[in-house]
Amino acid sequence: MADAAPAAPVVTLENVTVTYGRNAALRDVTAAFSSGAVGLLGPNGAGKSTMIKTLLGFLVPERGRMRVLGLDVAAAPLEIRARVGYMPESDGHIPGMNAVSFVAYCGELAGLPRVDAMQRAHEVLFYVGLGEARYRNVETYSTGMKQRIKLAQALVHDPDLVFLDEPTNGMDPKGRDEMLELVRDLAHNKGVNLILSSHLLPDVEYTCDHVVVLDKGRIAAAGPIDAMKQPRGRVYELRVKTSGELEAFLERLRAAGLDCHATDEDVMRVFVPGDGGAQSLFALAASNGVQVRHLRPSVPTLEDVFAQAVGEE
Amino acid sequence: MPIHDQGYRRYGGGKARGRGWVVIATAGIRTLIVKRQFIGLVLLAWIPFLVRAVQIYAAANVPQAQFLAPTPETFRKFLDYQGIFVFFITVYVGAGLIANDRRANALQIYLSKPLTRAEYIFGKLAVLMTFLLLVTWLPAILLLLVQMAFAGNFTFLRNNLFLFPAITVFAAIQVTLVAATMLALSSLSNSSRYVGILYSALIFFTQAIYGVVYLVTRSSALSFISVSANLTQIGDVIFRLPPTYDTPWIVSIAVIALLIGLSALVLERRVRGVEVVA
Repeated sequence: MADAAPAAPVVTLENVTVTYGRNAALRDVTAAFSSGAVGLLGPNGAGKSTMIKTLLGFLVPERGRMRVLGLDVAAAPLEIRARVGYMPESDGHIPGMNAVSFVAYCGELAGLPRVDAMQRAHEVLFYVGLGEARYRNVETYSTGMKQRIKLAQALVHDPDLVFLDEPTNGMDPKGRDEMLELVRDLAHNKGVNLILSSHLLPDVEYTCDHVVVLDKGRIAAAGPIDAMKQPRGRVYELRVKTSGELEAFLERLRAAGLDCHATDEDVMRVFVPGDGGAQSLFALAASNGVQVRHLRPSVPTLEDVFAQAVGEE
Repeated sequence: MPIHDQGYRRYGGGKARGRGWVVIATAGIRTLIVKRQFIGLVLLAWIPFLVRAVQIYAAANVPQAQFLAPTPETFRKFLDYQGIFVFFITVYVGAGLIANDRRANALQIYLSKPLTRAEYIFGKLAVLMTFLLLVTWLPAILLLLVQMAFAGNFTFLRNNLFLFPAITVFAAIQVTLVAATMLALSSLSNSSRYVGILYSALIFFTQAIYGVVYLVTRSSALSFISVSANLTQIGDVIFRLPPTYDTPWIVSIAVIALLIGLSALVLERRVRGVEVVA
């Protein structure tokens, strides 16, 4: 599947605007999601969930057109939902059912014959790691198990495209790794297209090939992750000692066109555009009377791309 | 190396369309018929049928029990008495139909499947209406058949041919009104208990207000205030009996239609994949 020529996008949005009352959640968004695994990245409130809910037909856009799997969302919502799986962000289940009944019921709702739905429910529950717990009532499940069963109900009817809204929310580190492994396997080995909405950069970086960055209801960046991580310039880890205010030095750097943002430690990451590289940094430090204590070339991460796209410091 | 890898497989079978409401209705009915409490309630609702059947048998076979012979009013009264069971079954079955789905965030799961909102509502309505018809229309029709069987002739049925459509139409109106109202109330809350209280309040409060109005005015012209009085009035007209109240039957019909319309409006606004608070 990976060797195929660039396929048609599975989802396209053209000038889509969605508002809640007076607040615009999506503003004139135009984007294309290619086949495979695409990360929908953005800070909380960026409009990621709104975009997914609009694509599912839960929300009607004020303006714009959307296509999912080549079908117009406004004209063929049921045809789309028959071919799409949705794993919602918040917990959701059918009350009073055990896991296998719940997943089989979802399969039947999606049009599977009863016997097939039951068989698929068992298979999918084993796949997501709930095989041993499949006869337990869903209401007794832990947070991690609830996440898995939401994935199972989204997969039971074998969709061509799956929307995953924050699939690792509330999971412990081991569960999170397993969930990401499942998502990666689905996209890369099982031929299922997926759009993974998350604010967690490592999740997207691990599972997806492409990313669409949303910020304040607008597309801030989009493209293949590998290409985006190779910007025209270099990234350095930098630690300095300054007799004056550090902020003044940072302002100078920014004024010179360098993009810098702090990490958890006292080391900052500085993006130097063009070919200047470390020399530009040393020159700027010298001219401002700042000692460079640590300077190391760094590999650009998705975090750098994200920070640049949403203008984070 | 495992003999069989329990991995994810693509599905090669067919998919049916447009039967989502049947799936919802079937699952809802299946969930309820395994509950002992509920089976007890349904069996209790069939006791009046047994009593009437015995009366019809006695009237047909014992000359001294002729006074028990059925008339069209017998069937009207039978449906009237079933009202209490209609109430209990409506509260038991209907209160949680949508409220429980709202509590468990199930609406987004349902509506992410190839299912319209109308299909979802119709599926839920079908669950409640099935059980309500099971304690109204079905025993009343069976009573008619029992009468024929015990009498050994068609005389009563021939003389009262309107009874079959009358029972069907009245049961349909009663069940549709009650089911639509309960479903609308169920969509307003996440708590089935609260919905049950709300429904009881609607039925008893409107009856109480009418009672007060009647005490003050000494006229039953304003009986349209009460939900159950409207059903009684319509029932009398359908069974060709003198109306219980002074309210014109057309007003009662209008109130019932208004309630069903209002319920549909509430359901249209409340059954959504995402709740938008602007």
